[in-house]
Amino acid sequence: MVRFITFRLLGAIVVVWIVSVVTFLIFQVVPTLTDTSPVYYYIGKVPFPPDSIQFKALVHRFGFDLPLYAQYWHFLSGILLGQNITDGVSTPIVCPAPCFGYSFRQNELVGTMILNAAPVSISLLVGAAILWLVGGVAVGTLSALKPGSFVDRVGMTSSLAAVSLPIFFTGPLLLLIFEYTLGWLPDTSYAPITEDPAQWLRSMILPWVSLAFLFAALYARLTRSNMIETMGEDYIRTARAKGLGRRTVVVKHGLRAALTPIVTIFGIDVGTLIGSTIITETVFNLRGIGYLSIKSIQSLDLPVILGVTIIAAVALVVANLIVDILYAVIDPRVTV
Amino acid sequence: MSTTLPSPAVRPDGRKRAFLEVNDLRVHFPTADGVVKSVDGLSFELERGEILGIVGESGSGKSVTSLAILGLHKGSNAEVTGEIWLDGREIIAATEEEVRDLRGSEMGMIFQDPLSSLHPFYTVGAQISEAYLVHTKVSKKEARAEAIRMLEKVGIPNAPSRYNDYPHQFSGGMRQRAMIAMALICKPRLLIADEPTTALDVTVQAQILELIKQLHDELNSAVILITHDLGVVAETCDKVLVMYGGQCVETGPVDEIFYAPEMPYTWGLLRSMPRMDRDRQTRLTPIPGSPPSLINVPSGCVFNTRCPFTDRVDGDKCRTVHPNLEQGATPGHAVRCHIPAAQRQEIWLTEISPSL
Repeated sequence: MVRFITFRLLGAIVVVWIVSVVTFLIFQVVPTLTDTSPVYYYIGKVPFPPDSIQFKALVHRFGFDLPLYAQYWHFLSGILLGQNITDGVSTPIVCPAPCFGYSFRQNELVGTMILNAAPVSISLLVGAAILWLVGGVAVGTLSALKPGSFVDRVGMTSSLAAVSLPIFFTGPLLLLIFEYTLGWLPDTSYAPITEDPAQWLRSMILPWVSLAFLFAALYARLTRSNMIETMGEDYIRTARAKGLGRRTVVVKHGLRAALTPIVTIFGIDVGTLIGSTIITETVFNLRGIGYLSIKSIQSLDLPVILGVTIIAAVALVVANLIVDILYAVIDPRVTV
Repeated sequence: MSTTLPSPAVRPDGRKRAFLEVNDLRVHFPTADGVVKSVDGLSFELERGEILGIVGESGSGKSVTSLAILGLHKGSNAEVTGEIWLDGREIIAATEEEVRDLRGSEMGMIFQDPLSSLHPFYTVGAQISEAYLVHTKVSKKEARAEAIRMLEKVGIPNAPSRYNDYPHQFSGGMRQRAMIAMALICKPRLLIADEPTTALDVTVQAQILELIKQLHDELNSAVILITHDLGVVAETCDKVLVMYGGQCVETGPVDEIFYAPEMPYTWGLLRSMPRMDRDRQTRLTPIPGSPPSLINVPSGCVFNTRCPFTDRVDGDKCRTVHPNLEQGATPGHAVRCHIPAAQRQEIWLTEISPSL
């Protein structure tokens, strides 16, 4: 087990390193190709013409005249060891490790921005994930027990509808109904759970439901097909032949086996979504990582985009790692 | 339990019911292509202490019959009619809950492929004690002890530590032993073994059969052994039921079936057994053709399309009239065939028996 985890951990580190190289290259090389100095993207406004001495001084100060490998080292060492960021005039900004740089456009450390945004995204994701996992698996299981029955048809038709409805449709619809028409949720502005749990819950319910709605539909279909397959397995017949009750057969023997592949997909989905609940956050005006990334992309705020990309990659890799370890725990046939 | 089920221990004709009695069992599966008549009018009786062998090709309805006895078609789309009496209780009309209570406790079942029949995510021991716990009010610890005792009984060395192994850590023969332990832990009075040795290699087969026989002697259970291996039947069974196309075509005591069979299909089965003491060319004579479609069962005798003896019957009776299961040379021996009894016995003696 320790060996297994160590290997997976080393693998994960390699993946994150590759991601850092690729994102670095894309964001450093592409501006060069478009014949725009990355310094524009880096600090935003440059009030000097590109051939002026001041411009060259800026390029030099932020190291954009160094060879690529040196720039990459600067970037990587900044993340690993921290760095001091200075414009040469004001007092240097201390950026301890892990330092993802400084957004000159928003006058804030990228790390701080991500740290502020993360609780919002995590709140959104954890709540929605629980909702969609429980809802999707329940609907899928009920459907699978009697394929073609009324329950199955209702479940599968509504999940088809849910898959087809984008969040930018269901989100505003929910807002229209519950906030504006019924007035049940008059104020849905976000508050951290540590400060005002009730307000936090109020602000999260609609985003949870609209995000979970979409994913629950996918999970319902997935659970249904897995469950139908599992219930046809020989060991289910054995369980029935032992005289076990229906619930034990379905839950302990059927669902236990049918859920195993779903765990994998669940881990990857959650990992992916940490940085990419952009639409949900935008619709519900939640300042999470998705919102941060879309805002930074719109304003071409290079350090923030870099930081968010790497954090999102780390989240996905960690989720995958957890899934791999979990898989070895839930499926005894996986040797570790 | 017995108050909610009709429990006359005597039949309408006044005769005492056998321990297991199957009367005119039909299991039909409606499909898009038509009704699949997997079992069509099967009847037999079995007393405790007896071993009945059900033989036939794949798709002849052997396994479907055993699942019907365990009531495992309940909740599926199968249409099951007829009567199955187990110790005075009727299974087909009983509710799922009533039959569930009998499964595992009164009737145990061993399946063909022990690897796919064991749950991959639970330890072998846990699966065996689960079978015990569901029918017995004991603590988990006692169930564990009983499961280990059972594992030892079926010949698993090091049972206390193998208890915690998963099925994939067992060898094929060990898995089948574990399945047997699971099926017998509640000492069922009826044991159904559905091709218990098919997935095992030959040396292990003998051990497993020996084990089943030994446990059968010990518990005095009724055993139904489903197989397509006539060697297994000859070695183990008291009675034989030959199935073809969902029907019983011949049944009788094991000696009768092997030494005086009367039905052309049974002859075919016996001739399909390879004989090592013959020339390579004559070692094995397969039955020509393939089993009938269970959707379009041939009219007349089910076996007429493959039967080499239809010319021995006057007219077109084999293709038009469905033969009844009628008594053969001795009581207890029944045959479904249009060839006159005397002629059948003669064909066996002069044409079939010498070439075996």
